[in-house]
Amino acid sequence: MFKYFISLQWKAFVRSSSFGKSLGLKILMGFLVLYFSVAFLFLGLGLYPLLKEFYPEEEPLHMVNQFLLLWFFLELVVRFMIQTLPVISIKPLMATPIPKRKVVDYVLVKSLFSFFNFLPLLVILPFGIFTIYKSEFSPWAVLGWMVAVFSLDLCVNYANFLLKKYFADNLKALLPYLGVALALWLLEYFGIWSITEAFASGFDFIVENPLFSLIPVFMLLSLYLWNRKVLESRFYLDESIRGKVQEANTRDFNWTRKFGDIAPFLQLDLKMIWRNKRPRTIIFMSVILLGYGLIFYPQETYQSMPSIFVFVGIFMTGIFMINFGQFIPSWDSTYFSMMMAQNIPLKKYLSSKAGLMTFSVVVLAILTTPYLYFGWKILVINFCCALFNIGVNIPVLLYAGSFNRKRIDLEKSAFMNYQGTGATQWLVALPLMIVPVLIFWGVSSFLGFQAGAGVLSGLGVMGILLRPHLMNLVEQAYVKSKYAMINGFKQTGE
Amino acid sequence: MALNKQESRSMITVTNLSKVYNGTTVLDVPHLEIPKGQSFGLVGNNGAGKTTFFSLLLDLIQPTTGSIFNNEITVSQSEAWKPFTASFIDETFLIGYLTPEEYFNFIGELRGQNKADVASFLKGFEDFFNGEILGRRKYLRDLSKGNQKKVGIVAALIGNPEVIILDEPFANLDPTTQIRLKNLIREITENAEVTVLISSHDLIHVTEVCQRIVVLDRGEVVKDIKTSEATLRELEQFFSGEEVEDEKENIL
Repeated sequence: MFKYFISLQWKAFVRSSSFGKSLGLKILMGFLVLYFSVAFLFLGLGLYPLLKEFYPEEEPLHMVNQFLLLWFFLELVVRFMIQTLPVISIKPLMATPIPKRKVVDYVLVKSLFSFFNFLPLLVILPFGIFTIYKSEFSPWAVLGWMVAVFSLDLCVNYANFLLKKYFADNLKALLPYLGVALALWLLEYFGIWSITEAFASGFDFIVENPLFSLIPVFMLLSLYLWNRKVLESRFYLDESIRGKVQEANTRDFNWTRKFGDIAPFLQLDLKMIWRNKRPRTIIFMSVILLGYGLIFYPQETYQSMPSIFVFVGIFMTGIFMINFGQFIPSWDSTYFSMMMAQNIPLKKYLSSKAGLMTFSVVVLAILTTPYLYFGWKILVINFCCALFNIGVNIPVLLYAGSFNRKRIDLEKSAFMNYQGTGATQWLVALPLMIVPVLIFWGVSSFLGFQAGAGVLSGLGVMGILLRPHLMNLVEQAYVKSKYAMINGFKQTGE
Repeated sequence: MALNKQESRSMITVTNLSKVYNGTTVLDVPHLEIPKGQSFGLVGNNGAGKTTFFSLLLDLIQPTTGSIFNNEITVSQSEAWKPFTASFIDETFLIGYLTPEEYFNFIGELRGQNKADVASFLKGFEDFFNGEILGRRKYLRDLSKGNQKKVGIVAALIGNPEVIILDEPFANLDPTTQIRLKNLIREITENAEVTVLISSHDLIHVTEVCQRIVVLDRGEVVKDIKTSEATLRELEQFFSGEEVEDEKENIL
C-alpha cells in the first residue's frame, strides 16, 4: 500500500505544471542539503576532540548534555519555520476502500524520512563513537544516550506537526504552554531553578542507567499516537460539510475609494486577505516579526556591522511584501479565468497589487520608528530599506510572479494546506534581502555609512520614478505567460 | 426581429480557427459568423469542443491557427472587446470569499455601474433568486452549486453587455429556475442589440431559446440549423445515432 502512495506522489510531482520551476528549486535545495550535511558531519566529528582540547578536565558528554535542551528548543523553532508535513491529496482517497489509518500512517512515517531527522544523526553518531572509544563510559551507556537523543529529535519532529496542525487553528490553546515555557525561562534566568540543569542531569542519569533511554522512546511513541489521533480526526473534506457555515463579514473598506480606479481591486485584495485563513496569517506574521529588530539591535557585536541592520530593515519593512508578493497572482488563482475574461486591464490589476504592497511597506516602516531608541542610524537604515523595497523589490516580485503557475486554494481548510510554503518560499525571498545588504556593504565599506544609505535609498527613489516603465515590462511578462497561468491554476492538488 | 435593421451585421466572426493539443485537433472551424442580436446555441457531446470554443472566444486559451473577431476586434490581440462582453463559464468565475452582493457590486464596478445601479438591476431578479441569494450573509463558497450558478449568470448580465456567453447555463439548476432562466434569455434576445451564446447538453432547452443551433462533433461543425418546429426532432435523430452514419460519410 505504501508503495502505491509513493508512486502517486511521484506522479503528482512529475506531472504538475510547475514541474520545471520546482525542479530548479529542488536542485538548489540539493546543494543546500549537501552543504548542511557536510557542516553537521564536521561538527559531529570535531565536537569530541575540540571539547576535550579546550576543557580537558570536563567530560565532553556531560558538557553536551548541558546544551541538549537549548538544541532541542532551537530545533523546534527552525522546524516550525521551515519543515512541512508531507502532503498527500486525500480527497480522491476518501471514498476508496483504503483505511484512514493507513493514509495517516503513511504521512507520519514519511515524515520520519525528512532531511531534518537525518542531520542530527550526523552529529550524534560520530560524537557517540568518539565517546565510546575515548572515554571510560561503557558502549551500552553511550548507545542508550544515542537512542535517547535521537528519539527526542524525532519527538521534536512530531511535536512540530502537532504545533502546526493542532495549534495553528487555535492559537489560544497554545498560551498555557507558552506561559509554562516563559515561567521556566524566568526561573532559570533568576537562578532559582534551572531546567537545563535538570534536563542535563536527566541525561547523565540515562548514561548511568542505559535502560532508561526507553523513556524517550515511549515519549516518541505516544507523540506518534497523538499525532495520529489529531490527523484522523481531521480526515474530513472540510468542516463546512458538517454544517459550519461562516457568517459573512461585510466590511467594505470604503476608505480605499481614495485610491481612484484601483479601488475595487484593493478592496477585493483586502477582503481576500481578511477572509481567508491562509493569507490572514501573513498579517499576523508581519506584526510578530516587527520584533525581529530586538534580537539584533541590542547586541554589542553587531554595532560595527550596519550591513546586518540592512538585512533586518529589509525584512521588517518588507515581510508582508515578500510573503504576499511571491504568490501573486496565485492568490487569485481560483477565479483567475474570470479576472482575465472580465473588463479588467492587466495593468490596473498589477498596479493595485503594487499599491497594496507599497502601502504595507509604508505602514511597517512607520511601525518600526520606535527603534529610534537604539540610535538614529537604525531609523535611517530602516527608511532606506523601505524605499528600496518600494522602488526595487516590489517590481522584482511582481515580475517573478509572472512565473507562478501554482494554484493556491484559499478555501481549503487548514488540514494539509501548506501549499507553496516551506523552505522553497524563503529561497525565493533570499535574493530580495541579500542584494541590498551586499550593495550597502560594498558602498559603505569604501565610502562610509552615509554613502551606503544614500545609494540604497537612491536606488529605491529611482525605482519609484521609473515605476511606470517597469510596470510596462511586468505587464508584458504577464501577457506572455497569461495562458500558461490560466492552465496552471486549473490544476488542483499538489 | 433583426429585420428592422438593415442586413444584420456580424458580431462574432471566426476564420480558420483551430486548436490542436499534442497533435490532436480539438476544434476546427473554417468559418462561422454570428450576426448581432442572434441567440446562438451550441450543442455537442462531451469533448465536442464547446468549452474550447468559448475559451478561445474569451482569450483564455490561444488558437493554434486563425482568429476570432468580436465586433471586429481580434480577441487575442486587443483587450478592447472586454467592456461589452460578459460571460459565465463555470464556478471558477466566482470569487468564493465574497457575498453575492459584494460580487455583484464588484462586477458592476468593472462595468461602470455604481452600487445604486446594481441594486436596482438586482430588483428585477428577486423571483429568479427565490429568496436564497440576497441578504443571507453567506459567502459564495457556502452556497449550493445551483445558487452559485444563478449568481454567475445574473452577474454576467450586469451593465448591459452586447455579447453574453453562458456555458451550460441549465446544468445544476432546479426545474423552476430552468424555466425562469429560459424566460430570462428570451427576454434578453428580444432586444436585437444583444448577442447571446449558449451551450447546452439539453436539446429541449436550447431549441426553445435559441434562434440558431450549431452542432459540434469532435471539433467540427456538423450542423447549422435555423430553429423551427422540426429542429428538436432533427437533433434527437442526430444524437441517437440514427442519422449519424450517412451524415458522416457526407462530411468525410
